[in-house]
Amino acid sequence: MRELAKRFGSTTALEGMTWAARQGEVTAVLGPNGAGKTTTIECAEGLQRPDSGEVRVLGADPWGAGPDHRAAVGVMLQDGGLPNGSTPVRLLRHLAAFHQSPANIDALVKRLGIDAFAGTTVRRLSGGQKQRVALAAALLGRPEVAFLDEPTAGLDPHARLDAWDLLRETCDTGCAVIVTTHSFEEAERLADHIVIVHRGRVAARGSLAELTGKSSLEDVYFSLTRESAR
Amino acid sequence: MTTAASIHTAAPARDRVLAQTRFETSTLLRNGEQLLVAIVLPAMALVGLALSHSPSLGQLNQSARIDVAVPGVLALAVISTAFTGQAISTAFDRRYGVLRLLGVSPLGRSGLLIAKALAVLTIELLQFIVIGALGLALGWHPHWLGLIPAALLALVGTWAFVALALLLAGTLRAEGVLALANLIWVLLLGLGGVIVPPSQLPAGLAHLAALLPSGALGTGLREAFIGGRLAVIPLLVLVAWGAVATYLASRSFRWSD
Repeated sequence: MRELAKRFGSTTALEGMTWAARQGEVTAVLGPNGAGKTTTIECAEGLQRPDSGEVRVLGADPWGAGPDHRAAVGVMLQDGGLPNGSTPVRLLRHLAAFHQSPANIDALVKRLGIDAFAGTTVRRLSGGQKQRVALAAALLGRPEVAFLDEPTAGLDPHARLDAWDLLRETCDTGCAVIVTTHSFEEAERLADHIVIVHRGRVAARGSLAELTGKSSLEDVYFSLTRESAR
Repeated sequence: MTTAASIHTAAPARDRVLAQTRFETSTLLRNGEQLLVAIVLPAMALVGLALSHSPSLGQLNQSARIDVAVPGVLALAVISTAFTGQAISTAFDRRYGVLRLLGVSPLGRSGLLIAKALAVLTIELLQFIVIGALGLALGWHPHWLGLIPAALLALVGTWAFVALALLLAGTLRAEGVLALANLIWVLLLGLGGVIVPPSQLPAGLAHLAALLPSGALGTGLREAFIGGRLAVIPLLVLVAWGAVATYLASRSFRWSD
C-alpha cells in the first residue's frame, strides 16, 4: 500500500501509510490503540475505501474485488464476525462451501482444539474459543494472503503456541500472513517483517534485526510511539 | 501464480448463494423465538379468530368469518418473517460483524442479500403450508384461482417488508431494532389492517391502514382468496412502499456497527 489516507469526520485515521508484505512471510503490524492498524487492515480487506492512496492485494484493488479474489484472501476480524446462533463446526463447514477446494475442516478443527467445544453455540463460547474459530474461518480457504486482526488476543499460552505453529506452516505454503498485534513476544517470535505504526503512519519497518540492532523491540517501540518522544 | 490461482477459486455463485440460503433458513428454524413469531403466534391467532366472534372482521362478498381470517393471518406471517425476523437477525449480524465477514468472503454482499431473500421466501412457504392446512381444517374455503394473485402480492409484500427491515437494521443499534421491530409488529397487528380489515377499523384509522403496507397486504390477500381477483390498489401501495424503502435502505445501510 502506498500513501494511504483515511479520515472519519475530523479524525485522521491514516495519513501516508506505506508498507508492503511479501508472500511466504509473516508481517506483524504493531502500534498503540488508535494508531490505525485496524483501519489499515480493513482497507486491505476491501471493507473500507481509503480517501486517497493505493492498496493492491495480489495485484488487485480490494475495494469491490470479485469472488475469486475474496476466495484467495483469508480474513479474521477483530470482533470475530461469527454468527451467534451457530455452532463452530457447522459454521466452518458452511464457510468452506464458498470455496472450490477448501482445507480439510476436520484436521483444522482438531489442530486448533475446536473439537472440544464443537457443539457449543458461538454465543456461549469464551473469548479465546471464539478467536480459534475465527482463525480457522480465516484459513479454511487455504488463502494466498491472510489478514488476521489480533489473532492470538485472549488465547491461553498453549493455544497461542498452537496458533503460531499453524501460522508459520500457513506461511510455508507461500501465503502472506499479516497480523496486527500488541504483543512484542508475538512479533519477535513470529514475524519476518515488522511494521510499527503510530498516528496513522509508519514509524519504522524492517526485520527484527534491522529494527532493533542492539536494543530490544520493546525499547524501539516505546521510543517511537511514546507521546513524549514525539 | 497461475497454478495457485486455479486452486484458490471460489465455488460457483449459485452454490454459494444456496449454501447461505440453507444456512440462514436452518438458523432461523433452530431459533425458538423466531419459530414462535413465525409459526406458533400466527397459528394461535388463527385458532383464536376461528373459535371466537371478536374482533369483528366484517364480511366480504358474504364470506364466512374463517375466509376473512386466514388471508389476514397469512399476511401476519409474511410481516413476522420478512419484517420483524429479518430486521432483528440482520441488526445482530451487523452488530457482531457477521455482515462484514460474509461481505469479504467469496459469498460477498450481493450474494448475502440474495440468500437472505431466498431464506425468507422458504420460511414463508412453510408458514403458508402450516397456516393454510390449519385454515382448511377449520373450514376455510379459499377461491383457488386467487392463489396466483396471492402469490404475487406475497412476493411484492415480502420485498417491501424486507426493504423496511433492512432500513431499520442498517441504521439503528441492534437493541433499538429489537424493540422497534417488535413494537411495530404489535401495532400493525392491532391497527394496521392486517387481520382486522381496514374497513372494520375506526373511520380515521381505516384510510391510514389502507395505505400502510400491512393493510395493503391483508386486503390484497383477502381479495385474492375470497374473490379470486387481483386487487390493484393494494398492489400499487406495496410497490410504492417497496420502492421507497429500497431506495432509502440502499442509501443509508451501514454494514458495520
